[in-house]
Amino acid sequence: MSELITLRVARYRPDEQDPEYALADYDVPLRKDWAVLDGLNYIKDELDGTLSYRWSCRMGICGSCGMMINGEPKLTCATFLTDLAPGPVRIEPLANFPVIRDLIVDLTDFMHKLGRVKPWLIRDEEQPVDDGEYLQTPAQLGDFKQFSMCINCMLCYAACPVYGLDGSFVGPAAIALAHRYNLDSRDEGDHERLTILAQPGGVWDCTFVGECSAACPKGVDPAGAIQQAKLAAAQDVVTSLLLPWRSR
Amino acid sequence: MISPLEARYYRRRMPLLWWTRRRSYATFMLRELSSAFVALFVVEMLLLVRAVADGPAAYEGFLDAMANPAVIVVNVVALAFVLLHAVTFANLTPRAMVVRIRGRRVPPRAILAGVYLGWLVVTAFLAWLVVG
Repeated sequence: MSELITLRVARYRPDEQDPEYALADYDVPLRKDWAVLDGLNYIKDELDGTLSYRWSCRMGICGSCGMMINGEPKLTCATFLTDLAPGPVRIEPLANFPVIRDLIVDLTDFMHKLGRVKPWLIRDEEQPVDDGEYLQTPAQLGDFKQFSMCINCMLCYAACPVYGLDGSFVGPAAIALAHRYNLDSRDEGDHERLTILAQPGGVWDCTFVGECSAACPKGVDPAGAIQQAKLAAAQDVVTSLLLPWRSR
Repeated sequence: MISPLEARYYRRRMPLLWWTRRRSYATFMLRELSSAFVALFVVEMLLLVRAVADGPAAYEGFLDAMANPAVIVVNVVALAFVLLHAVTFANLTPRAMVVRIRGRRVPPRAILAGVYLGWLVVTAFLAWLVVG
């Protein structure tokens, strides 16, 4: 018999008469090559098939297996059990989001916010398809590439106390993505986006706690993006006041 | 209107002492608190200006008040917080500012060095103003 580690997993089953949020202990094999997600799959397959959680790719790109591991927002596929030994390991649904069931949270709020910041190329005039692609140099790509690496795993929202205290905050990932399009040489929608970001709930709600960037598994640095967006928003306001003919 | 499904969601609230749960949150709260001490220094500065404007007697009174041991203790604590405020602010600058010179991005370390150099120059100028 191999060594075991205890996973203390949050359970919440809304279909029960009086659903209660509680932690349940499961002993799973402590294998060197197992991530927390493998432990959860072991529970689901061998110990308790009623456990619900999201996962897909197991390689840190789909962004669906984010959970709170010992209180820290982490991708469960990228967090290894041996690093958490001897345990127990507390596994809870992502903080700051309502829990649908067990380890599954509702991300509808984020989906609405993401759409609000218009994360797509905005052009004053669309060029005809026959004219080909909008070209871009590697240096122009380099300007925003970092901010385009987001996998929407929501770890930054779980780490952000501003979002936790005030749900109206647009939040780190959505602002980082808006900033990514503002920096894109093919895009002409920065004034439009900055106007949205400067509204209540936008960039000025951020107090630069910086935890979103610490939690980000892809090195996006959303906190940096938000501060840069603040600067850009302030400059945009000054420009439109002093040089109204220059703002689009 | 929330759906019957949403009505059964489990909603967690952030505890009042959320910032004690993680060291980085606590540091952040100290940084936020530091702005109160920055404000205190501003008030002291304004009081000094008023005392100077009111003449030598008022100025002497201001100096006496400032020499009070309790005021000195408060000011030492305030100075520590103001330094924390300034250092954390300066250290965050390279992440908030992307500077380009001739199309090339200036490395974050250079921006940081620039901020501290600027700070040093202003401090030296003020020191020269006071001492010189």
